[in-house]
Amino acid sequence: MARYAVLIFEQETPNGVADIPPEVMRAHLDLPDRIAAEGGRVVAGLAFEPTSTSTSIRGDLVTDGPFVETKEALGGVFLIEARDLDHALALAALTPIVNGGVEVRPLVDFQVVEPS
Amino acid sequence: MLAATVRVTRDLDTAEESVQDAYVEALRAWTRDGVPDRPGAWLTTVARRKALNAVRGRETLKAKLPLLLEPEEAVVEAGDPEVIPDDRLRLVFTCCHPALSREAQVALTLRLVCGVATADVAHAFLVSESTMAARLTRAKKKIAAARIPYRVPSAEELPARVDVVLTVIHLLFATGHTAHSGRDLVRDELTGRALDLARMLRHLLPGEREVGGLLALLLVHQARRATRTDAAGRLLRLEDQDRSAWDRDLIAEADRLVVATLSAGPPGRFAVQAAIAALHAQAPSYPETDWPQILTLYDVLARLWPSPVVALNRAVAVAFVAGPEAALAEVEALERDGRLAGYRYLPSTKADLLHRLGRDAEAVEAYRAALALSDNAAEQEFLADRIERIG
Repeated sequence: MARYAVLIFEQETPNGVADIPPEVMRAHLDLPDRIAAEGGRVVAGLAFEPTSTSTSIRGDLVTDGPFVETKEALGGVFLIEARDLDHALALAALTPIVNGGVEVRPLVDFQVVEPS
Repeated sequence: MLAATVRVTRDLDTAEESVQDAYVEALRAWTRDGVPDRPGAWLTTVARRKALNAVRGRETLKAKLPLLLEPEEAVVEAGDPEVIPDDRLRLVFTCCHPALSREAQVALTLRLVCGVATADVAHAFLVSESTMAARLTRAKKKIAAARIPYRVPSAEELPARVDVVLTVIHLLFATGHTAHSGRDLVRDELTGRALDLARMLRHLLPGEREVGGLLALLLVHQARRATRTDAAGRLLRLEDQDRSAWDRDLIAEADRLVVATLSAGPPGRFAVQAAIAALHAQAPSYPETDWPQILTLYDVLARLWPSPVVALNRAVAVAFVAGPEAALAEVEALERDGRLAGYRYLPSTKADLLHRLGRDAEAVEAYRAALALSDNAAEQEFLADRIERIG
């Protein structure tokens, strides 16, 4: 199995996580089971506070906000195991999305996540 | 041979090296022992053996190996190694994977499926050899790092994935057919490769109707290739071409494919384009073409494929069915839409309609706009000639 990061990009809403519709939230909570049912595995998942809470450091300059301003902001990342890119894309497509999309990125073999 | 070898290595670079090594060994062995009965099979067997050795050598580095070979695939199967259609099909789908950029898909297909040398691929796409080599390397790295699989897609993915492959083949043919720059309008090499690919796909995926549609479309274009320019190399419009010089056998073959494809179920965009091209090819002359039928087909095509280019071509049919005035209105609407800004066939179509309406001063202006957008020598000559005649 190969490992991929699934980066979730969503348009931000005023109240962040509180604005996520309940059915989308439920779908997020179900995601590991649905991915397992398709022969993959969720290794880890991270959800981010809105970019308004973010702070960036470039050289020695500290600024408020995200490192890169985009219409859809990085809202979270989860790591999956999949057989190949087609499998990974099929699993990533299960991610509940309101107003944005996901990016699938292969990981180099470099362990920084606690084995679960 | 590469297709059969990459199945062993699961890695394109190693497969290419193994094939090269096989040729080197052939030079030695065939000089010593004479050429074997089936040289292709001999080469494939040797290439796959070398690939297996290379893969086994790397097994010690197993943890680092990006693409592990599946055990059941390491067994070199019995039968004629030259005829493993699945392998070529897998290679096509890997090269045309939607996770790769269009330019990478086209370059990989030419290099790996058709076996065209990198320098020639670079030449076809008007970039330097080093640029093309870098493009191929990046694409192969992505295949390895992201683990783009080497397999035929599942039945439910197949139509969308076949569409990508057909688009790549069509682009190859179009690049060969109408070179954007340079003196040679037709690059026979590319059109021939594209036709071979379409025929191969038709053979390997007989159930995919759009494959038949694309093949028919390419056959009609190919049937007319000799008449697209005059003796001096100038571009000829469809209406000015010598229809008696069209290849009737190719047109008949295309027509059989179109009929078979259309009768098998709802058509896709390639089948409809082929039907339009076949109607043109069968018409005794340009004015005697079945324009109402062509307009109907363009309506179908516009629904399947809502593209402003389709709308522009539809406008030409409108001119014959409803008159140049109605067609001009549609072209001007497209002009306002803005998506075709920089597309040279928009002003040239407009110029033609204006000329037919007797508005020659405006027609010349539109031909000048088209001339400014064209970088193809044959097209430039054609447009300059039109300006001279009308102006």
